[in-house]
Amino acid sequence: MKNSEERLSNMVIIGEKINSSRKQIAEAVITGNRMYIQNEARAQRDAGADYIDVNAAAFEGKETEYLKWIIEAVQEAVDLPLCIDSPDPEVIKKVVSLVNKPPMINSITLEPSRLDGILPIALEHGASIIGLCQTDSRLSRTTAEKVEAAGGLIDKATSAGIGINTLYIDPLVFPVGADSDSARATLDAIEEIMRRFQGVHTVCGLTNVSYGLPNRRLVNRTFLAEAVALGLDAAILDPTDKKLLGVLRAALMLAGKDRFCMDYIKAFRKGLFE
Amino acid sequence: MGEELLKKLTISIIDGDDKDAVSYSREAVDKGIAPRIILEDGLMPGIRKVGEMFSKGEYFLPELLISGMAMQAAVAELEPFLNAGGMKFLTGKYLIGTVKGDIHDIGKNIVIMLLKGNGWDVTDLGVDVSPEKICATIAEGDYDVFGMSALLTVTLPAADETVKAIVKAGLRDKIKIMVGGAPVTQDFADRIGADGYAKDAFEAVNKAFNLIEKQ
Repeated sequence: MKNSEERLSNMVIIGEKINSSRKQIAEAVITGNRMYIQNEARAQRDAGADYIDVNAAAFEGKETEYLKWIIEAVQEAVDLPLCIDSPDPEVIKKVVSLVNKPPMINSITLEPSRLDGILPIALEHGASIIGLCQTDSRLSRTTAEKVEAAGGLIDKATSAGIGINTLYIDPLVFPVGADSDSARATLDAIEEIMRRFQGVHTVCGLTNVSYGLPNRRLVNRTFLAEAVALGLDAAILDPTDKKLLGVLRAALMLAGKDRFCMDYIKAFRKGLFE
Repeated sequence: MGEELLKKLTISIIDGDDKDAVSYSREAVDKGIAPRIILEDGLMPGIRKVGEMFSKGEYFLPELLISGMAMQAAVAELEPFLNAGGMKFLTGKYLIGTVKGDIHDIGKNIVIMLLKGNGWDVTDLGVDVSPEKICATIAEGDYDVFGMSALLTVTLPAADETVKAIVKAGLRDKIKIMVGGAPVTQDFADRIGADGYAKDAFEAVNKAFNLIEKQ
């Protein structure tokens, strides 16, 4: 059952923790530690995740096999939809039929191999889709490139019959420590995409932005607050991070997305802030 | 007097102050200090110190990058004098690109900035580079090290194919090969027969140094 009290009405939270690039997860998968994976899923559900991201992409050659195992384990533990996370369209095709609820597919790009095969599958399974702002030759870096790529993704998806409101555009987040203008470009793209393409969602991860900097979590939290202020309405994050979720709730309230501030107040009463 | 100036030069690199780095380099040349000494006793201790501070967690990525830029600016100022003396400031020649099918170049670009700041002459083949193009470039040039990156597990096999193509083209003895990227491990690098693996951009620079020192 949904844990409705923790759930945020104006933000889609994709719990990022079951990712094979994390050492503990990779180890749990290799040793078949079902309990560990399931506990990670439950903790994220209890903290307010709307989707549980499942990723086995670190396992070269065994991704499909391990992802199937993860999907089964997670679905046994929680009654939430999954976010199927793989850069390989073939893997997505092979596991999508295993899910109990309409999933989110993470991700498509404008690369034909990661677009054409996935759109019909998404339609068939009623899946939402994360579309990354990249073409087959480059990652979108400037605001203009990101908005253009977003337009391309929306065109392709809606032409294939996919509703714009099931599409989540990821404008891509780069380390601000390597290029001081990169976070600004992403923030401006979020604002412009939400303004220009009514009904579409924007989503992003938060950890890239702080690469190479001290006190990374502070940077990640602040970036989330700014992105929410400009319209970001979904995020791939660790929902069990109380400080992060506190900032998120305050940011949603300040962005005018929390009627009578009740989400914020309830969360305070439940001791969800740190 | 010369020593004090060289010390100021070292500090300008540590501080990432390109204006000072250029003007002190110029001043040192004008005072008749040998370009080689300016380089070895002025600039290099600075960039080495920056690397040390980074590995201790005292310096952060942007500081590494601006120190690298100050270093490049100073070297550009010195280059005519180095060349006139028949010497080149060059750590080595580095060829770099992301593997076929992979367009993720953030990590590669950071590696390039750091290599340049450490005196490498870097040729960037960009993203999604085919084994054929890499082989042709190695065959035509005189590169010391070739570094490739793959961010995705799905593009890892392309790294393997690239090494195989280099071997097949009879170019393996001509160049040292490094590989990096999120899904890459030391084990993978060993398996495909690369000479070096680095877990991040900073380690990549150190590994590249080690590889050419061994030659």
